[in-house]
Amino acid sequence: MADLNHMLKLLNELDDQIVGCMRCGMCQSVCPVFAETGREADVARGKIALLEFLSHEMIKDAEAVKERLDKCLLCGSCAAACPSGVKALDIFIKARAIITAYLGLSPVKKAIFRGMITKPALFNNLLALGSKFQGFFTTPVNDIIGSSCSKLLSPLLGDRHLLSLADKPLRGNGTIDTAPGLSGLRVAFFYGCVVDKMFTSVGEAVLKVLRHHGVGIYMPVDQVCCGVPSLASGDLKSYEDLVRMNLKVFGKGDFDYILTPCGTCTSAFHHIWPLMNSGFSQSERETIAMLADKAMDINAFIADKLGVSKAEPAAGAKTVTIHDPCHLKKSLGVSGQVRTVLGANPNLKQVEMAGSDVCCGCGGSFNLQHYSVSTKIGKKKRDSIVATGADVVAAGCPACMMQIADMMSQAGDRIAVKHPVELYAQTLG
Amino acid sequence: MVSQSLKQAFVGIVGAENVMDAEADKHSYSYDAAVLDPVLPALVVRPSEMDQVGRIVKLCNDNGLPLTVRGAGSNLSGGTIPSKGGIVLLSNALNKILEVNEEDMYAVVQTGAITAKFAAAVAAKGLFYPPDPGSQAVSTLGGNVAENAGGLRGLKYGVTKDYVMGVNFFDVEGNYCKSGSKTVKCVTGLNIPQLMVGSEGTLAVMSEFILKLVPPPQAAKSMMAIFPDIMTASRTVSAIIAAKVVPCTLEFMDNFTIGAVEGFAKVGLPTDAGSLLLIEVDGHPAQVAEEAEKVEAICKANGCTRIQVAKDAVERNKVWEARRAALSSLARLRPTTVLEDATVPRSKIPAMMQALDKIAKEYKLTIGTFGHAGDGNLHPTILCDRRDKEEFHRVEKGVDAIFEAALGLDGTLSGEHGIGLAKSRWMEKETNRASVLFSKRIKAAVDPKNVLNPGKILGE
Repeated sequence: MADLNHMLKLLNELDDQIVGCMRCGMCQSVCPVFAETGREADVARGKIALLEFLSHEMIKDAEAVKERLDKCLLCGSCAAACPSGVKALDIFIKARAIITAYLGLSPVKKAIFRGMITKPALFNNLLALGSKFQGFFTTPVNDIIGSSCSKLLSPLLGDRHLLSLADKPLRGNGTIDTAPGLSGLRVAFFYGCVVDKMFTSVGEAVLKVLRHHGVGIYMPVDQVCCGVPSLASGDLKSYEDLVRMNLKVFGKGDFDYILTPCGTCTSAFHHIWPLMNSGFSQSERETIAMLADKAMDINAFIADKLGVSKAEPAAGAKTVTIHDPCHLKKSLGVSGQVRTVLGANPNLKQVEMAGSDVCCGCGGSFNLQHYSVSTKIGKKKRDSIVATGADVVAAGCPACMMQIADMMSQAGDRIAVKHPVELYAQTLG
Repeated sequence: MVSQSLKQAFVGIVGAENVMDAEADKHSYSYDAAVLDPVLPALVVRPSEMDQVGRIVKLCNDNGLPLTVRGAGSNLSGGTIPSKGGIVLLSNALNKILEVNEEDMYAVVQTGAITAKFAAAVAAKGLFYPPDPGSQAVSTLGGNVAENAGGLRGLKYGVTKDYVMGVNFFDVEGNYCKSGSKTVKCVTGLNIPQLMVGSEGTLAVMSEFILKLVPPPQAAKSMMAIFPDIMTASRTVSAIIAAKVVPCTLEFMDNFTIGAVEGFAKVGLPTDAGSLLLIEVDGHPAQVAEEAEKVEAICKANGCTRIQVAKDAVERNKVWEARRAALSSLARLRPTTVLEDATVPRSKIPAMMQALDKIAKEYKLTIGTFGHAGDGNLHPTILCDRRDKEEFHRVEKGVDAIFEAALGLDGTLSGEHGIGLAKSRWMEKETNRASVLFSKRIKAAVDPKNVLNPGKILGE
């Protein structure tokens, strides 16, 4: 049980935030989950009404509220479209922490967050083991996408088409610590869990880009998860443990920017850590604020800080369509930069899909808990991608890449799924 | 409470997954966009086939269970609050566009279709459905018809009632009834479709509509005119109409709203301006050019200090950006936003604005006013914090005073938001006792057990 005073403080904050909801219902027009279910409890307004019930009448049926609160992608579409500026995403994150503190963390999540992710050595070793033996349990299905499916019946994996764990994680490069080159800039590289263990090609592309542009790199291998998965499950303790570990690693701040190739991780530094900082000391909060100022998405860094020239597509260029990840566009406002970065690749011609910023339906653990709804949302994204006739789809978020790969692989599509930085790196010598 | 056996009967009609009675679910169907206390239903059902609707209505009537139909729950007068508990019937799965007829210019559509999606589907076939309530991105056509929703284009194109050619519905005994026609002219029998419009679900459960479509305007021109005070702007509104120009949109914003919009959206409005008008004329390109010039001249002649005529689509969008930001900008200033729609004859707008100023001072309220000046439909918006009981008591008094003022100026309780729960006690004051009794007799005749959305419009 988390500190009671801390929870009461969060509860009061919640009350102040939810009172701003006009109940106009405009969130219905943008909520991907509501579009599938049509149920009011699945949209921000319905959830806020439940939380009002929670904070005003105290907890009568917290389990039911939790169940409905969990049915949210945390995509932030509702907050972005809210006429009265209700910060629904902030509200839901706090509410999940309060309810989990009250009800306790489920044994499975406790094992994952407190037994594994907050113990980096064990976490890394387990996944290294998984990488070695994954071939025994999976069968390749799509060479363009690089997906496989499980040979065994597994309730956790279901029918998913998965991407493989990398043979060697990005951290296998060891800590990198180089001085600024021609650019005069030095950046910290926070690669995030999925890039470290699955999309190492994305991490390698980031390193290639930084080196090409003469940017000094600080990539410590003792960095850990940004804490968002723990927080999304309401596990404040694991979240705070992880943030503290990262503060130790990046606390000196001897770099100009801290970059990530993941919209969610950047959003964590920039927005979520400062939002959920009341459990930290004053000096820790100052470090959080410093990192928030320096946090930047890799696409924004390339486009806004390094600067790239637009290249005209060459004859026979492949077509690329762009998915705008929720945390990248709606939380950080990064979308034009992705197009600028891709525009530098002469072998790519951009073609916009309908609803490029509509959520792909992944939502981290939402995909595990509500795979059926997640799949319905994901299939619409897949249809939008296919309708463009593109050869490649680019997405600046590894979680979106996993979801889109699953959807397209299951449909038998032969469209590659790439991170924009990979496609940009291809243009560099 | 609904008994287990009765619940099972609903499950038998729509399946267990479409029946909700958990406290947590009921909470999310206890309100709409009106600032009123929530009331929990006993059960929520979500039919996806029309025949299920008739069976649900019959079951409710047989058991004397109150029945409230809910589309998007976006209405602003409490029409979808299940004030007597009972059953909430969700209409949002009944959302098919059944026909868009280009030759005869009508559409047949189910009650749960979303307004903006319907308008877009119609536009894709080169036709135009003009009603555009502010909630059109989520509101359902069923809700629009039930509340007789309006919108920004009301001045030239009218409101929902002007587009309803036919309504099919289930009576309280669950019988499927058809009314109206696909023909332009239809004078067969009682005008049942128009009786259904604005009835807020108190007479029947509406299922499908035949809606009139019109050709889209070929061209449009927008402008923003800044005025030193409310009086000059109000005079200009009357002068434009007197010159026989009927813009499709003629919107108004007071000084407080201008300040709020500029503070939030930063669209380049002069915060020292007393008020502004946002005007759009549409139609044939030649007519649009002539009318735009005429409007510009009238604005200048009536004390307009600056006028910005949009040269292209980008500039036109900028004009409407200011209007779109009005409610958002006001809503962000205080926790609670009470949006009213007291409406007066156009010529009485100055008097109404003076009354609003007096009410704000008397009850110490913050009121920003914007709205559809062309049709006299103002939206005085009271900003407050509902948790402050003393302040909210003053708000309630202020709202009463607003209705009183509107009626005193030959106005109406509602230009486009309906009556619902919020204004039912004022009905006699706007009409008269005999008229309310007449309406009650109609209600009693078609719904003798008072099952259909009880307590709405006509009160108890």
